[in-house]
Amino acid sequence: MSAGLVVRAIALAILLAFLVAPEAFTPVFAPLTERGAPAIYTQADMLALAMNHLGLVAAAVVAATIVSVGLAIVVTRPFGAEFLPLSRSIANIGQTFPPIAVLALAVPALGFGAAPTFVALFLYGLLPIFENALTGLTNVQPAVREAATGMGMTQRQRLVQVELPLALPVILAGIRLSTVIALATATIGSTVAASTLGEVIIAGLLTNNVAYILQGGLVVGALAVLIYDAFLWLERALARRMGRTA
Amino acid sequence: MIEIDAVTKVYGTQTVVDAVSMTVPSGTIAVIVGTSGSGKTTLMRTINRLVEPTSGAVRIDGEDNRALPAYELRRRIGYAIQGHGLFPHRTVAQNIATVPGLLGWDQKRIANRVDELLDLFQLDPAAFRERMPHELSGGQQQRIGVARALAAEPNILLMDEPYGALDPIIRAKAQEDLLAIQARFGTTIVLVTHDMEEAIRLGHRIAVMDAGKLLQYSKPADIIAKPATPFVKELIGAPERPFRLLSLVRVADLAEPGEAAGAPLDAGLSARDAYAELLWSGREAAPVARDGAIVGRVRLQGLAKQAARPS
Repeated sequence: MSAGLVVRAIALAILLAFLVAPEAFTPVFAPLTERGAPAIYTQADMLALAMNHLGLVAAAVVAATIVSVGLAIVVTRPFGAEFLPLSRSIANIGQTFPPIAVLALAVPALGFGAAPTFVALFLYGLLPIFENALTGLTNVQPAVREAATGMGMTQRQRLVQVELPLALPVILAGIRLSTVIALATATIGSTVAASTLGEVIIAGLLTNNVAYILQGGLVVGALAVLIYDAFLWLERALARRMGRTA
Repeated sequence: MIEIDAVTKVYGTQTVVDAVSMTVPSGTIAVIVGTSGSGKTTLMRTINRLVEPTSGAVRIDGEDNRALPAYELRRRIGYAIQGHGLFPHRTVAQNIATVPGLLGWDQKRIANRVDELLDLFQLDPAAFRERMPHELSGGQQQRIGVARALAAEPNILLMDEPYGALDPIIRAKAQEDLLAIQARFGTTIVLVTHDMEEAIRLGHRIAVMDAGKLLQYSKPADIIAKPATPFVKELIGAPERPFRLLSLVRVADLAEPGEAAGAPLDAGLSARDAYAELLWSGREAAPVARDGAIVGRVRLQGLAKQAARPS
């Protein structure tokens, strides 16, 4: 077992322990508090906050993946090629719009809570996945594409059996980037009353409690690092199987 | 039988294939030779409709190849290309099983067919079935490419410069394998190459193309003896002609009664190789052996006569 794997296993164990029983970590965070303020955020269940946070991110990334990969498929088919520039600019706009502005605009329409946050994360997640799906689908070797057609695959069979599997490692890299961005961005969802780990950080900011800020930040950070690594591992395993180095 | 009937393909203002007609009889190998840009690949690709002709038609066993949807037609025609085009994300067995899978064969039949083909190409099924394409050598990848093309037992096999990426030794072996497989299954093969040597070695008939036009389509001996145009002559290479003629016959066909000293030559050897061997060993004649038994001899003189321009 490599050292990296041991470190990640330990990080995961500590993270899970903290989420299940945050009070046990009081001695760790107590020195950061002043004037007897509580060291551990207990207004909401830490595990529930983390699950909500992950659920919101997962929902947004899944939706962004479906839309982005779908768009990338359409614009790489002969009939959709002319929409390529348009779809690129749509995805770019999604990326350049500040998430906080999306929240501000979405709240009047969707009300407070998870919905506006979902919209912000979704829009923010489109571009990396779309760009990577486009790269993956257009970089399939011409000889492989030609062989697929020459052996009698229909357009759809070629897409599903050859092009998408070959593009998968690159698409996964895009999903990985979007997920990490979304994990961090989801914290600001708590400013519009979405139940995420951002709640802990905001509570810390409001009460000037460094321990809270640190807890929220560390949990989000650990989640992001671990999920990032898991994606990377999967991408590499897939690429290795195809004889590529990713 | 493949009938190519006045096929023309125009891209924009460029005529890539210009009114080409030729017929490939069933169970024979036709090799299309030409330089790059001669239209040879485009012509071949009209057979399985990877290219749709601007005018003209292609008939397979008398039936227009547009009678079926293109993908169904292609599943009946083997297709092997330069650089093999194996699917990098699929195992050797899955690659070979591509067309049978598309045709909906049951798993057991597919597995049997995969093993049979691996055996045929002298690759141990147990060792190779689960390998990924990138784990194979160039020669092995190429063999899997041809095995995949033959998987659904097609009557017709199209090959686009299949040996272009192989080194000479592996290429010679692959060519021999192809001839053996063709003789065994009677597959009709259309092969595209820029290498006249390969064309003479493999083709029952050779089609020479230049600038979209079919210059000559005849048996190798006729192409060598009576080139239709200066270009064909140049492609054959004038100084090579006698040796190319020799390469068309086997020692067995030239053996005569009599005895000779020295190591025997195998009856299956080409007359060209026998000639070289006699020159090299400084002999006037050599015994010919078939399966270890001496069946006669060949003489330098007899070989030289064979190399002369046919009258």
